[in-house]
Amino acid sequence: MRLINISPGNGGRLLLGALPFVLLALAYLIGSALRLADNPGDKLLPSLAAMGRMIEVMAFTPDKRTGDYLLWTDTAASLLRLWAGLAIATLIALVLGLMNGVLPIVRAVLAPFVAFLSMVPPLALLPVLFIVLGLGEVSKIALIVIGVAPILTRDLALTAAALPREQIVKAETLSASSWLIAWRVVLPQIMPRLIDSLRLQLGPAFLFLIAAEAISAEGGLGYRIFLVRRYLSMDIIFPYVIWITLLAVAMDLALRLLRRRLYPWAEPEGQP
Amino acid sequence: MTALEIKGLWKEYGPQVVLENIGLSITPRAFVALVGPSGCGKTTFLRMLLGQERPTRGTILMDGTPLPPEPGPDRGVVYQRYSVFPHLTALQNVMLGPELRAARLTGRLWGRARKGLADEAAALLAEVGLAGAESKFPAQLSGGMQQRLALAQTLMMRPKLLLLDEPFGALDPGIRAEIHTLMRRLWNEHPMTVVMVTHDLREAFALATRIIAFDRPRNRPEERERYGATVTNDIALWPPRVAGRQTVYDADIVPEQDDLSRFAIHSGTTRPDQGAHP
Repeated sequence: MRLINISPGNGGRLLLGALPFVLLALAYLIGSALRLADNPGDKLLPSLAAMGRMIEVMAFTPDKRTGDYLLWTDTAASLLRLWAGLAIATLIALVLGLMNGVLPIVRAVLAPFVAFLSMVPPLALLPVLFIVLGLGEVSKIALIVIGVAPILTRDLALTAAALPREQIVKAETLSASSWLIAWRVVLPQIMPRLIDSLRLQLGPAFLFLIAAEAISAEGGLGYRIFLVRRYLSMDIIFPYVIWITLLAVAMDLALRLLRRRLYPWAEPEGQP
Repeated sequence: MTALEIKGLWKEYGPQVVLENIGLSITPRAFVALVGPSGCGKTTFLRMLLGQERPTRGTILMDGTPLPPEPGPDRGVVYQRYSVFPHLTALQNVMLGPELRAARLTGRLWGRARKGLADEAAALLAEVGLAGAESKFPAQLSGGMQQRLALAQTLMMRPKLLLLDEPFGALDPGIRAEIHTLMRRLWNEHPMTVVMVTHDLREAFALATRIIAFDRPRNRPEERERYGATVTNDIALWPPRVAGRQTVYDADIVPEQDDLSRFAIHSGTTRPDQGAHP
């Protein structure tokens, strides 16, 4: 039998999916054990127990100076920035993408400009943002918006423009105005794509967030990682990285469920 | 009652002449089938009637006035595909037109107005044979059911002119025969003129009152670009099929088919179980 015709069953898929995780964990444990056997003071690959102790300190012990539980205050600060940035970017992308996709006049004005803007490397603008908007929250949120909005906008405009022309004409024969076509025909049909697009932009959004926090912040997940880097505290950095990843995975999953819940007609099989 | 008057109609795309010198006069309540080989401009002609495309030269008059330059609710359309909205259920699809017409800002009706419209839409769905499918999305319906839904959606607007672009071309023969029966009934009962593009001659003769064939009179390769298609055949069905009247084609009493006078008497529906109907 050819390899392309062999597909695992449900249990097999679960097992195979877990395999890379198990291998990675094993590799880490073995590497860590070998290095610690060589040098008990090694900081590069700390043992699970050492990381557990630091998690205890960061997450469940109040900070001596401020009395805060650092992991949670960091998480709250970072998520607030991330969500504010994503929300603003989504709003901009929806309005611009919809107009861009529906109205040829707007497309003629905006499409080249948005295409140009989306090629500006956002991180290169970070110093400008810090200078113009100050070192506070605004510049960090602005970086996320600048990084995410143009790509979302282009994606939504393409999706809107790709709707069959027949649907638009059909809506006109049902007496729809331009506004009503956008509102009742195009908008609902680009929403599932917006959610998918947002899922894909979670990674870049975290990248911009952590980059901004690394340079200047008074708290936040990225700030903490770059702060403890000075002490080579891998026992804090690793748990933080895993925590950030888990947050992103959870948000991705939540968006996927939201899409399935709100737009059952857009599921790939077409069966709600 | 909608008459169409088409005079000296040309359509060119750059140097390519697609249609040349089309002149037609279509009477109210006619059911016109447009036939012809692929690429002869049938669909282009239909799109010009719809307002989706403008003629290069010539005029189209509907009841004596020139057609507006964009599609509107007086002309309904059913395409072979993409005629219904995938994000709306069957009932929502049928309700959409009246909702858009009534609520110019939100595009939605609420309360009693919505209830009344939903009842009307459900009745029409039942009329096209989709009772029970109200809450299904188009992707859950078969091809034939989707086209029935598209017809219902269009009829909600009570169009004066119904344009059909190979609406049943993708359906298998059994389903097609069923939907032909439905189509004849809808044409009989709703006061509209119908223009249908089709590849299928049998379908044309099964439904239409008049069959118009488009073709290129000059078809040598070097002539193909500069000479477009025009009306090459214009056949009125005999004995005539008249909207709202039973005709020989709809009779199920085979021995009496020869007595043509029989079929001119009954006015109203051809629906067998209801007899006379306004």
